[in-house]
Amino acid sequence: MALTEQHPWRAMPAAPVVVPPRRRRANLPLIIGGTLVCLIAGFSILAPVLTSYDPAAIDPAHRLTPPGPGHLLGTDRLGRDVLTRILYGGRIAVAVGLVAVVIGAGGGVTIGLMSGYRAGRLDALLMRVVDGLMAFPALLLAIMVVAALGPGHIQTMAAIGVVLIPVFARLARAQTLAVRGQEFVLAARALGAKDTSIVLSHILPNIAGPLLIQSTVAFSGAVLAEASLSYLGLGTQPPTPSWGGMLQEARDVLFVGPWMAIWPGVAIAAAVLGWNLLGDGLRDLLDPRLRHGAT
Amino acid sequence: MPLVIRRLLAVAPTVLVVATVTFIALQVIPGDIAQIMLGTDARPEDVARLRQEFGLDRPVIVRYAEWLGNLVRGNLGTSISYHEPVAHLIAQRLPVTISVAFSAMLIAIVISLPLGVIAARQAWSPVDLTVLAGSQLGLAVPTFWMGILLLLGFAAALPIFPLQGYVALASNPLEWGRHLVLPAVALGAERTAALVRLVRASVLDELNRDYVRTARGKGLAGAFVLRRHVLRNALVPVLTVASLQLGYLLGGTIIIEQVFGLPGLGRLLLQGIYSRDLVVVQGAVVVIAVMFALLNLSVDLLYARVDPRITYD
Repeated sequence: MALTEQHPWRAMPAAPVVVPPRRRRANLPLIIGGTLVCLIAGFSILAPVLTSYDPAAIDPAHRLTPPGPGHLLGTDRLGRDVLTRILYGGRIAVAVGLVAVVIGAGGGVTIGLMSGYRAGRLDALLMRVVDGLMAFPALLLAIMVVAALGPGHIQTMAAIGVVLIPVFARLARAQTLAVRGQEFVLAARALGAKDTSIVLSHILPNIAGPLLIQSTVAFSGAVLAEASLSYLGLGTQPPTPSWGGMLQEARDVLFVGPWMAIWPGVAIAAAVLGWNLLGDGLRDLLDPRLRHGAT
Repeated sequence: MPLVIRRLLAVAPTVLVVATVTFIALQVIPGDIAQIMLGTDARPEDVARLRQEFGLDRPVIVRYAEWLGNLVRGNLGTSISYHEPVAHLIAQRLPVTISVAFSAMLIAIVISLPLGVIAARQAWSPVDLTVLAGSQLGLAVPTFWMGILLLLGFAAALPIFPLQGYVALASNPLEWGRHLVLPAVALGAERTAALVRLVRASVLDELNRDYVRTARGKGLAGAFVLRRHVLRNALVPVLTVASLQLGYLLGGTIIIEQVFGLPGLGRLLLQGIYSRDLVVVQGAVVVIAVMFALLNLSVDLLYARVDPRITYD
């Protein structure tokens, strides 16, 4: 009983809450964040329909053309259409973010569930390794993994995924520790359920909310990390378009083609803002304590 | 045993894991490390000499033990591209990185403290909402893009600050400051956005407490209550997070040094990667990570010092 008193909102999953109508407010972060994310994903997927240019086709006759009717956001130093490269670059950002979060969440949640459920020596060992990984600044760890694996967007996905593992592991462990002693887990064990079944069918669904929120935050971090690595020349390699890579290319012609340095940055900021807001909105939606808040 | 010694002993396993992860990461590189470092057109005798120098013909565990032993003695090896001891290279570049990180932190604290307090005192007003929206936007802007925009604005359009480079503090303090302004602002902007939210939340939390109501109830002026009571309590978590973020700024300097051509530790690391000088990479990574771990340790100690309710007994 004491445990359910500590976390009543987790112990009673499906109880509908009556909220007075005057307190209901539109979840603006969720709406704005969701819209931004959908727009970026939609534009990236529909890139071949939205533009007739090839993102890698070199056109020396139109190099460094300022924004205008033919090229809405101008061209780069090889005459490639900047808008087209931003649209196609979105595909890389979304793909890297998605795969990195899958690697980070997959690895981290597995470690966190094992660590939190089993406790004891395994927990101590796994947490020391996680602490060691967390002792690196995130970008440094990603750079080190890329230094070991070599540059490229596949390696970038792996590097960012590795960086995300400790965060998910810590969160999943903390959530598992909070849930593992609750009555529904004890009941499942009393009914003879195996450990794997208890973890996957009972504990995981109950800790999925915070993990989902963390995934959106991790996604924005992954987009930022991919852009940073590509800017440093360690991520996605040319001629594949990536937002960070485009900013790196803009560095050499910063003062003759400033448009090259502006729009890819706007795309990165919009994507990161979208995922951050989506995370905030989901937190408001999934955490009843915040939903009841009078403020 | 004194608290400092106990915490230092507690951080030792983390430092060991950091060193081990760094060693392993650069040992799993596919292919012959000596060949990779020297390039494909290197002469076989040079490759053989490097293999012998690195002891690549010996078991990994022996090399690991040797590397750890050298690390403890401050010997990080000799760079193959600079032909200099890595420890010496790092010592030359460390002041640049520390200058940038500390200046960025200073900017973040100086801006975020008043902004956060103003926002908290006028919670949910248009001013507060503007600060919140601005901080959300600030968190989304990549530091390197901020650096590029600052270069475009204040080094090209309005040539107030230099485009690239660094001047040592000892040789010309004024020029040192001029060269640091843009990198520090670019790096500090994101931290400002994060800190302003924390200051706001922390002050808002304290403003709603009973002791504030009591202080106001006995007739103390609002500004006095804020300065003497609220800020003293609200700044404990802010101070902790700010110190902790100094560690993250060390990571951030890697990319900002590249944007502004600053000859710091991050640039050394990247040049090491570009030239496949793994001795430099290994040394720079370990030094940055150990500094990060020690900074976290000092935050722990600082926290216990500032807030007497926290003990590590």
